[in-house]
Amino acid sequence: MATDIIIHDQKDNVGVVVIEKITPQQECKCWIMENDSSTEIQSMDEIPLGHKIAMIDLKEGDTILKYGHDIGKVVKSIKKGEHVHVHNVKTKKW
Amino acid sequence: MEIPKSFLGYKRENGRAGTRNHVIILPVDDISNACAESVANNIKGTIALPHSYGRLQFGADLELHFRTMIGTGSNPNVAAVIVIGIEPKWTKKIVDGIAKTGKPVEGFHIERTGDIGTVMKASKKAQEFVMWASEKQRVECPISDLWISVKCGESDTTSGLASNPTVGNLMDKLEPLGVHLCFGETSELTGAEKVCATRGATKEASDKFMKTWNDYNDFILKEATDDLSESQPTAGNIAGGLTTIEEKAFGNFQKIGSCKFIDVLEPAEEPKKGNGLYFMDTSSAAAECVTLQAAAGFNIHLFPTGQGNIVGNPIEPVVKLTANPLTVKGMGEHIDCDVSKILSREMNLSEAGDKLIETTLRVANGRLTCAEALGHKEFVMTKLYRSA
Repeated sequence: MATDIIIHDQKDNVGVVVIEKITPQQECKCWIMENDSSTEIQSMDEIPLGHKIAMIDLKEGDTILKYGHDIGKVVKSIKKGEHVHVHNVKTKKW
Repeated sequence: MEIPKSFLGYKRENGRAGTRNHVIILPVDDISNACAESVANNIKGTIALPHSYGRLQFGADLELHFRTMIGTGSNPNVAAVIVIGIEPKWTKKIVDGIAKTGKPVEGFHIERTGDIGTVMKASKKAQEFVMWASEKQRVECPISDLWISVKCGESDTTSGLASNPTVGNLMDKLEPLGVHLCFGETSELTGAEKVCATRGATKEASDKFMKTWNDYNDFILKEATDDLSESQPTAGNIAGGLTTIEEKAFGNFQKIGSCKFIDVLEPAEEPKKGNGLYFMDTSSAAAECVTLQAAAGFNIHLFPTGQGNIVGNPIEPVVKLTANPLTVKGMGEHIDCDVSKILSREMNLSEAGDKLIETTLRVANGRLTCAEALGHKEFVMTKLYRSA
């Protein structure tokens, strides 16, 4: 039942931390809302509540999927388990 | 949960029902604020709605000003209205607009009388109105008398995960019961606009939405010096983990559940196509958006927040909910409904929706919101462009 990370959609390549923070090398339990399934991931970074973790390796130009939809592009390559935020992802708008 | 079929509200002359029973002192323009505030200070139980505009506006901007003024006075949460302006003509136009509801309304203009004489005359009338309104009783009203507006603020990823879907769950449950619903925030649907357009109940509604969004986007592209990255997402959004406007938009969009919108409204435009969900073209700034929705006649507002927006409105109670446990812990005095247990999976979305329905009905029946108890009365007019 205890969940560290929630993923909206099966297609998503990022998850959201739902505990106060996760720490490097933590084995995190993930819950995928869309189909009520579970998975696990080892974190690489400390990531606070509400922030995103990469579920797979991502390279520059890749699209970030959340809610099953395109929410921006990778501007600096990201390894599985790393923090995903404004330092490595940008909007495709504006 | 069996949803109650009624709430206790104030029946108005035009058949609408209010969740509040305010007597407001409405200044037509910025320079009449002092007078309006003096009257509200004299007569207990009245409330002044000072604002910054109303002089030398023209065209669509002036029309919006009048629509907001008249709509605010006409809202069923308002029992009676004193209108005070510098000049007789615009004052009368607003009085006449509000009078169509059948509620008591009287206008005063300051020119040729001055502040002191106007305050005296208006105070006498305000006293009469507030004593009359104080005898109004709440009566049982069908739940379909609820007109519910929604807008989120200081969003973070917990908004998209939990508090916005909680509002969506409430919409899915209340829409079949005949309530009016309204969402807005044109800018904050950027990135999700095409998906949002597919939620129009008719092709006409979808097309109207895309036209509204495109007009807004053209305006942004024309006015922006750089881009909106400094404003959207906000610093608070980013601190909460939101990275891009697209991410914010898809989170925002969770508020409408699986409902389809039947029409697209101009800012502060009263819905005319019966019960159901409407989209209103609004700014995403909290106070501006809620002010426009209140002016369109919505009588209770649901406001999901992540990092903790504190906005209120003078006439439309603003119910706050959050799923962020740190926000509940740090600023719980602003939170009417805590749905943070969704994140720990101790509460599911349907349970959260039921909890929000229960909170909404308690507030509709008269329980003060946190924002009301804390004195939040943000009344902010939307201005489309500079004055003449």
